Amino acid sequence: MGLENTLFESLPDVVTVKLDALVNWARKSSLWPATFGLACCAIEMMNTVSARNDLSRFGAETFRASPRQADVMIVSGRVSRKMAPVLRRIYDQMPEPKWVISMGACATSGGVFDNYAIVQGVDKIVPVDIYVPGCPPRPEMLVHAIMMLQDKIMKESVKDRRDTFEIESRQAIVPGTLPVTMGSESQTAARRADTRPYTIPSKHERRKSS
Amino acid sequence: MSAEQLLGYVEKLKAENPAWVADFKNAFNEVSVFVPRESIVAVCEFLKNQHDFDLLADICGADRGAEEDPRFEINYHLFSTVHFGRLRLKVLLSEDDPHVESVTSVWRTADWHERETFDMFGVVFDNHPDLRRILLPSDFDGHALRKDYPLRGYEPYNLT
Repeated sequence: MGLENTLFESLPDVVTVKLDALVNWARKSSLWPATFGLACCAIEMMNTVSARNDLSRFGAETFRASPRQADVMIVSGRVSRKMAPVLRRIYDQMPEPKWVISMGACATSGGVFDNYAIVQGVDKIVPVDIYVPGCPPRPEMLVHAIMMLQDKIMKESVKDRRDTFEIESRQAIVPGTLPVTMGSESQTAARRADTRPYTIPSKHERRKSS
Repeated sequence: MSAEQLLGYVEKLKAENPAWVADFKNAFNEVSVFVPRESIVAVCEFLKNQHDFDLLADICGADRGAEEDPRFEINYHLFSTVHFGRLRLKVLLSEDDPHVESVTSVWRTADWHERETFDMFGVVFDNHPDLRRILLPSDFDGHALRKDYPLRGYEPYNLT
């Protein structure tokens, strides 16, 4: 009748694929963003999932209220200095694999808010995969960002996502946040001495730099 | 309420205690009374209990500039739900000694207004029950609405 018949006739019983391709395909096809609206960009984000733009066409419509169930954090709007530890905590609570989309000029660079109250770019706090320009970006741009993220996910490898820092990540504590994944104890002490409190890399960040 | 009626309250304040009114100003039918800082609680109690100014609409600070003396002014916006009059009390404070008595004993709502004023201007409200920062993060350095506070904040706090 439908797809099953076509597949059954055209494919053998056993198909060999790369594990990476299969896993990445599964991951990119059901991205679950965390519900994290911060400012006016969040209105565009809501529009993105609503009927006209319909983000569910790309499998990313399921906004989860709990970061424990989310894969993507869409930082939609300006991040105030007081919100920064909260944002970092939500990021740390998301299970691997996780990705971050910085939506709009404010999240990307502080935008017009070049002052003491706003973090000048959310990449000071969390590693960002996709930057979306605009003030605010149109929903189409966010859809495009999700699709670019899907392309990026397809290029990843499962090997890079191995969780080898489980024990030390449970012991580590960032000032002002819940325990997070971070480097060895000596590195931690060095970073504590450093006065920039929210720039301790997670496994994700370390992987990018190595 | 007309300016004449509001100025009547200034006369009543003067009649009660001449030391309470250092000066007053009538601009655009809004009356501001300059009150010495020692008598702010007494003035507030008098206006609340005797003249029905039962609602403290706002307390806000103002920085007149680092070169000014007195540098800070604290504005108390009073409102009456009985006769609908609005009155403004001003307390002038110098930079060297930015202390003023808290009016939380008169209006409970003064608690958070005074915390905000402390947060933004560094004015200390004596005998306040819980004088902490309220808007800015607790580890914030400085007081953000002072005129000499840099727009981008101090390093390394600003994360730029």
